[in-house]
Amino acid sequence: MAETSTSPLASPPEGETRRDFLLYATTAVGVAGTAMAIWPFIDSMNPAADVLALSSTEVDISHVAVGQSITVTWRGKPVFIRHRTPAEIAAAEAVKVSDLRDPETDASRVQKPEWLIVIGICTHLGCVPLGQKPADPRGEFGGWFCPCHGSQYDTSGRIRKGPAPLNLAVPPYKFLTPTSIRIG
Amino acid sequence: MSGYKFENKAVQWFDDRLPLFTVLRHSTTDYPTPRNLNYWWNFGSLALMMLVIMILTGVFLVMNYTPNAALAFDSVERIMRDVNYGWLIRYMHANGASMFFIVVYIHIFRGLYYGSYKAPREVLWWLGLVIYLLMMATAFMGYVLPWGQMSFWGATVITNLFSAFPVVGDYIVTLLWGGFSVANPTLNRFFSLHYLLPFLIFAVVFLHLVALHTVKSNNPLGIEMKGPQDSIPFHPYYTIKDLYGVGVFLIVYLAFVFFAPNFFGEPDNYIPANPMVTPPHIVPEWYYLPFYAILRSIPNKLAGVIAMFSAILILFFLPWIDSSKVKSAKFRPIFKQVFWIFVLDTILLGYVGSQPPGGPLVLIGQIATAVYFLFFPFLYLLGKIEKPRALPQSISAAVLKSEKA
Ligand code: HEM
Ligand code: FES
Repeated sequence: MAETSTSPLASPPEGETRRDFLLYATTAVGVAGTAMAIWPFIDSMNPAADVLALSSTEVDISHVAVGQSITVTWRGKPVFIRHRTPAEIAAAEAVKVSDLRDPETDASRVQKPEWLIVIGICTHLGCVPLGQKPADPRGEFGGWFCPCHGSQYDTSGRIRKGPAPLNLAVPPYKFLTPTSIRIG
Repeated sequence: MSGYKFENKAVQWFDDRLPLFTVLRHSTTDYPTPRNLNYWWNFGSLALMMLVIMILTGVFLVMNYTPNAALAFDSVERIMRDVNYGWLIRYMHANGASMFFIVVYIHIFRGLYYGSYKAPREVLWWLGLVIYLLMMATAFMGYVLPWGQMSFWGATVITNLFSAFPVVGDYIVTLLWGGFSVANPTLNRFFSLHYLLPFLIFAVVFLHLVALHTVKSNNPLGIEMKGPQDSIPFHPYYTIKDLYGVGVFLIVYLAFVFFAPNFFGEPDNYIPANPMVTPPHIVPEWYYLPFYAILRSIPNKLAGVIAMFSAILILFFLPWIDSSKVKSAKFRPIFKQVFWIFVLDTILLGYVGSQPPGGPLVLIGQIATAVYFLFFPFLYLLGKIEKPRALPQSISAAVLKSEKA
């Protein structure tokens, strides 16, 4: 700049660089300062401490008969607990993993084959899929059917058809006794 | 400022200190408007009126509304049953949103038909689209406030759209929710933003009008005004015409408010929100349906979301996509037909979006989505090959000729 400038108002080279430096430094401090000032406001929208306080839910599953499902709440979300029939387990295990959109074996999704425990939230856009009640439609793969945009899940809760990209998530859980679990 | 002297001394005194009266004069009696505007030009003033009605009814609703997940639904029911005229104010607000969108959609399609997005009105067109985007956000958050089943599940599905983005998606969604699902924190922030955004809209409307008054109105012929013989002052000619439009429009709007107040609503929204059960058929409000259909037509989640946003964002580029120099469809025989195909296609998309997924509608939706997006490259080619009809010499020439005929 200093070399090309012919204006009588142009400052000597030293002044020019010093001013440039001051300008850049001020801008940098201003940008960094603004960013730091904005962050608390954005972060205030994230989950608050009370929301974060990890809740866990204990469930007695002794009354859930074979072929029956129950829905419990964990962190405000529905969790599906299904007592699978031997036929359902066989169907879930027979699937070729390489054919799946989100490849997972059935064995990696359960702790005990007869109990399938998944978060009941469609991985597409978050609706609760149907299939918990005997009269519900369960889709072509005998698992769950999401009414919102038609995603279909199999008896392992894996996505088989429709727009959802992922299998129904498996929450962290532990068998406390053979007939009770703790989720979370 | 201007050389004009007001007769009233007090007015002149004030105007010398704040040129309020000069500005008013400048944008009413001194403001030249094409003399040939038809009734499609009424929808701008109607949109402004709707914005004012929404803000006024909204402010009064807030006096009785409680933004808390445990209380919101009941507070709206209380407005409906116990608050004096609460039913009227709420039905004006709820139906007003639909009316606002009808008006704005007509306003946008008017711009499309008459080429109002072309030079020198590109920035005016952009500001209009910004208003439209802000309106969609505002109405979406407003619909969540009564905290019924549709409120809750609509909010769930729409906020989950952001989870489609790789890596950051889940963080964005958690940030939007303020938790791990749509819940009280979500309702609170939506309420805050629902109150704020209409005032932002108001500011953008102001800019929209400044841009309008800089470049002046387009008109059905799509040729610019060349002199005083082409124009008439906005006031009193168009103030009275706009007022007439307001009268007709209010008949329609209030007919819904008084005789079919739940026509645009969903019965499921009179069921309190239940995070454990999704209603069997969830649909967004009608004004989102075409975009919702585009989202559903694409079997990949991320691609669907991108397509849905692109469907609106592409409109920002319209001034450059349309390569024809001629503005009005009146003089573009092929464009005129393509325009109506585009309108029908949007309506078809809206219908597909309103239906449960599955069956032949999937394919129909995909074809309609393809047609929507093909419209734009086609428009580019069309400008190169179409032979426009001869344009009239000037607005006044055309007007006087049609008066003789
Ligand atoms: C661009 C302007 C606006 C639009 C498009 C809009 C849209 C909406 C919609 C669609 C609803 C749901 C109505 C229902 O189904 O019950 C709603 C509710 C509500 N809005 Fe607005 N609104 C606007 C401006 C405002 C303003 C400025 C305020 C406050 C100052 C406000 C306050 C409320 C309140 C308290 C509710 C909940 C009560 C109810 O559901 O009727 N709105 N809004
Ligand atoms: S939310 Fe389940 S398919 Fe879209």
